[in-house]
Amino acid sequence: MEDATVSAVAGNPQCGDMITFYLKINEQDMIERATFESYGCAANIATSSMVTEKVKGMKIEDAWKIGWKGIAEEVGGLPAVKFHCGILAVGALRRAIRAYYKIKGQTPEWLPEKLTFEEKQALEEEELARILLKKMKKAEEGQNV
Amino acid sequence: MVENVRELLKAHEGLKREVYLDIENSSFVPADILEAMLPYFNQCAYGNPTLTHKPGWEAFEAVMESAQKIASYLGCKNLEEVNFTPGETEANNLALLGATLQMRGKGRKIVISEIEPLSVIHVAEMLAKNGFSAVKVPVNSEGFVNLEKLKESVDRETVLASFSAVNHEIGTIQPIREIIEIVKDKNPNAIIHIDASDAYGKIQFKVRESGVDMATISSYKILGPRGVGALYVREGVNIERILEGQIGTQKLWPGVENTPLIVGFAKASELMFEKFEENIQHMRRLRDKLIEGITATIPDIRLNGPKGEKRAPDNVNISFLRCEGEALTIELSLKGVYVSSGSACTRRLLQPSHVLIAIGRRFEEAHGSILMKVTRVHKEEDIDYMLEVLPKAVERLRGITGSTVVE
Repeated sequence: MEDATVSAVAGNPQCGDMITFYLKINEQDMIERATFESYGCAANIATSSMVTEKVKGMKIEDAWKIGWKGIAEEVGGLPAVKFHCGILAVGALRRAIRAYYKIKGQTPEWLPEKLTFEEKQALEEEELARILLKKMKKAEEGQNV
Repeated sequence: MVENVRELLKAHEGLKREVYLDIENSSFVPADILEAMLPYFNQCAYGNPTLTHKPGWEAFEAVMESAQKIASYLGCKNLEEVNFTPGETEANNLALLGATLQMRGKGRKIVISEIEPLSVIHVAEMLAKNGFSAVKVPVNSEGFVNLEKLKESVDRETVLASFSAVNHEIGTIQPIREIIEIVKDKNPNAIIHIDASDAYGKIQFKVRESGVDMATISSYKILGPRGVGALYVREGVNIERILEGQIGTQKLWPGVENTPLIVGFAKASELMFEKFEENIQHMRRLRDKLIEGITATIPDIRLNGPKGEKRAPDNVNISFLRCEGEALTIELSLKGVYVSSGSACTRRLLQPSHVLIAIGRRFEEAHGSILMKVTRVHKEEDIDYMLEVLPKAVERLRGITGSTVVE
């Protein structure tokens, strides 16, 4: 989106899951448009798409309340191994919302100071990819298992 | 979950053509092979081949004739060297575990390569947890085993070496004679096992003249039925059983022989080997048409594995950058083209293909990889259809990826 008010990235191309969310927000703090780009599996694309569909026309405060379980249900359920895809999509949305208020220089009362579950999971996944990459490099150096 | 799958299947209605290229993971059984098998389910030979009645003797005859056929194509000395198992996974487990059990007390080291199938790698890792050391010899960017490192790795402690003749994912044809010579030269007592599942019927490989001690072959990889494979064990080489029970005609695998599947395996071998050169030429032509077609129409791709003569005649493995592989398998399925991916997303452990990582591919490249194998029964039109569908699918997914990943 070229005229996005704010954008946010979550995930890491190394773990095969990476999402960018773009939000166009008007002066009444309403999300007018939302789009995404996803380098990820089908579950990743589906949950990202569902999030953007849902938040269109929503007040930011309401969009914040969208949780990963609801999204997973709306795409028809996710297998356990794909839960993280839905979590990542919601994590990216919340990051974008935080970024918006940071740019604006204000923090609404309803916005929790601490990171929510989805945001923490996104961080954890990114950290996991870094560790995995390190492990791979180490394995290259010494071949014994 | 079953409802979801039903919905997915419904989305496939009205396909104008279906092209199955996921021979790595399972295969269809052509009609002539199925026909050869069918009588053995209920018309004859349904007895246990070790028992003394007509259906048992018929089964004995069928199993022995099948073993004889496979023994001749594989280049065995006699049919007793062919031991039927329920597949490649079981044959590889039998080879590694059976040999190390037999060699107890004679050494504690096994040597494999980094790009072996998981039925070798995971068994080696299990042995490593139980008092053995397992060395994985590295490979170069095309998947060829580093022979210098192999020389360094094999020593007096080495009881077993296991290498694939043809890599199952990237089609690398290893210099298997040199590998065998190096191992025997460094330690004549070490047992050498070759996984020939992707070599049997695809390259010239005769077990006897190669000097190998054991070799795994698999039925479905040459369009035979699933659920049957075999382990060649050279006469004079002893290994232990890893399962116990009633022993029938197969001294290394207890239980009742699956006669129809064994007959199907032999029939598939016959169809592959009786026109060996013709089949190889056909597969090679389709393989090159597919690789060249993709290269000409889709930018930003990487061929995984070697080119030309050093590549298995059936193998195509290509990474599409900025395009996640699992999503691509689904996109293609909806168009009637069935392939698999080395992406982490397709695996339960969420780790990308160890083969692609071992040849130095970055995670992003492994995630965008697609594995395809052509067979003697695929037609030019199948490849044409694939080349019509694939560029559009990649373009659509790259559109969704957008600028999120910049190479």
